[in-house]
Amino acid sequence: MQYLPNIIFAIALIAGIGFFVINIRKLTRNIKLGKNINRTDNKPERWKNMIKIALGQSKMVRRPFSGLLHLIVYVGFIIINIEVLEIIVDGLLGTHRIFQGFLGDAFYGFLIGTFEILAALVFIAVILFWTRRNVANIKRFLSREMKGWPKNDGNFILYFEMVLMTLFLIMNASDTAFQQAGIGNPISQFIAPLFDGFSPETLHIIERTAWWIHILGILVFLNYLYYSKHLHILLAFPNTFFANLNPKGQFNNLASVTKEVKLMMDPDADPYATPAEGEEEAVPEKFGASEVTDLNWVQLLNAYTCTECGRCTSACPANLTGKKLSPRKIMMDTRDRLEEVGRNIDANGGTFKDDGKQLLNDYIQPEELWACTSCNACVEECPVNIDPLSIIMDMRRYLVMEKSAAPQELNAMMTNIENNGAPWQYNQQDRLNWAKED
Amino acid sequence: MNVPTMAEMMAQGKQPEVLFWVGAAGSYDDRAKKISRAFVKILHAANVNFAVLGTEESSTGDAAKRAGNEFLFQMQAIMNIEVLNGYEIKKIVTCDPHSFNTLKNEYPELGGKYEVYHHTQFIQNLIAEGRLKIDKNTLQGKRVTFHDPCYLGRANEVYESPRDLIRRLGVNLTEMKRNKRTALCCGAGGAQMFKDAEPGDKEVNVLRTEDALETQPEIIATGCPYCNTMMTDGIKFKEKEAEVKVQDIAELIAKANNLL
Repeated sequence: MQYLPNIIFAIALIAGIGFFVINIRKLTRNIKLGKNINRTDNKPERWKNMIKIALGQSKMVRRPFSGLLHLIVYVGFIIINIEVLEIIVDGLLGTHRIFQGFLGDAFYGFLIGTFEILAALVFIAVILFWTRRNVANIKRFLSREMKGWPKNDGNFILYFEMVLMTLFLIMNASDTAFQQAGIGNPISQFIAPLFDGFSPETLHIIERTAWWIHILGILVFLNYLYYSKHLHILLAFPNTFFANLNPKGQFNNLASVTKEVKLMMDPDADPYATPAEGEEEAVPEKFGASEVTDLNWVQLLNAYTCTECGRCTSACPANLTGKKLSPRKIMMDTRDRLEEVGRNIDANGGTFKDDGKQLLNDYIQPEELWACTSCNACVEECPVNIDPLSIIMDMRRYLVMEKSAAPQELNAMMTNIENNGAPWQYNQQDRLNWAKED
Repeated sequence: MNVPTMAEMMAQGKQPEVLFWVGAAGSYDDRAKKISRAFVKILHAANVNFAVLGTEESSTGDAAKRAGNEFLFQMQAIMNIEVLNGYEIKKIVTCDPHSFNTLKNEYPELGGKYEVYHHTQFIQNLIAEGRLKIDKNTLQGKRVTFHDPCYLGRANEVYESPRDLIRRLGVNLTEMKRNKRTALCCGAGGAQMFKDAEPGDKEVNVLRTEDALETQPEIIATGCPYCNTMMTDGIKFKEKEAEVKVQDIAELIAKANNLL
């Protein structure tokens, strides 16, 4: 019987981590539904970006207030994992504060003391975050796409963190031996007096309850990630690593188009030539994207990484002037559709069964896509280097090249380029007239 | 005005130091033509041996590409690259950030590899080489604000060369609240220049003009013919044409040096 808590703990740990691993495998499978793209070149630059942007939070702090709050929660999260490690060892071995023994009182006290201060700071930061989201009327939290689940999700995360921090402090405050040692309790010593007059048994029950709910809460939170925008705490790292390194203005040149254009412009090409051996069966590639599976895996990783902060949308000129486009919504729609496709695959034994829906029209409307000025403000703003513009461009390509569905004026512009070599209807022979005027 | 073409140069067996890529706006748009002329006057003043393609130049395909027509873009690109490579062009300068971006970033993969400069970078080099001086006295003390073109700024991270030139004019350079990497688009990029905006509360160029007007400028400096048009329209919309002028940096330099 005495090993019962250890066994329960081990089962909870295995179940918690196991379920998480199952979901992560689903996530990897979904991301791999995207087209292949090589993002492993220039590794030193990629590591540098990851360390600077994901680990170093360099883009977060561009907005100093939310940046600072985020930094506190982030540092708190990173460091408190050491504490979680101790809890896991204690839970499995049935020990109590095992690190105290071999780290020594001074260092252990310093560590736990730091955690306590961070826990208190995180608690304050989270309350400020909650106030920003729910009371302060900040425009980017009130957008259309933030109604319902996205809003609740944001708040749930904050409640979770409040409860976890409180439990950690209560756990320390009700640990009589720990309080009596007087090391590492800079915050909990002020909570401890609340328990004055409690019997040792009651105190022990409070301490154990806080300990258990704390660790079970962490396991539940771990598994909440997959269903939440909070997934960014993990994916920010690969996402910044695999992000585009080219200048932002450089859009990719579709290789499939290059092949056709070169053939078209080659005077020696025989349009009636039979295709080379093995090429007859090749299904012509779709130009652009109308579905998540037309996007590349980095774009899909982007969608899972998006934390819906809305910094992109708040910088988007189209959004600022009341147009329907919101780069954040583009990312959220992509994730929602990808999840839907993933569930469809799971329900149909590993293959996708046509559900009559796609990313374009069912999630993202052409009106949103055509409002984009391709100014890269969204890309510049994203704290984790998500590129909503690349998805917008791929979907425009589909509309134009597969559906011939560009707005009428753009068709006129393109006809002019074709016929006159300029977006306006001027004769190419007049191209040098400007030099003769004046 | 003497604007030699590559064909003429070729006939004389000469190769210019740099090709001036005029761009469609710089060739046809009445407002942008003035920028082309101002820049040519600067090139002349600095004794730069340059040429243009003239009737052999065609759209870079930027607008087509950003509208989603990759076919048309690549056709334009491959035709232009054939012409440019035929003349063995090594160095290109342009007043249009869209041409700058496309030639610099998107042509190399299709076989067109050149050293490409925005005119503000090129003029900066001319000054560094001692070939051009800017007269500080003509525009001394004027309040000037600079609107970053997206395709020069965020797209290629060129923020300093236009500012450096403006400071050399001896003017009072003020920054808008949204500047450099946070600058607001003029509303013309991504082929928006050629279509009506989607329904909304406001036009982007009006919002950007409001940013500029907050700095109470006498001059809004631009480095892009499309931004120039959008900001000029914004100023007209706000009925401020009498107080505020929208001018390209090339025009300001030409004016400062009494070249116009």
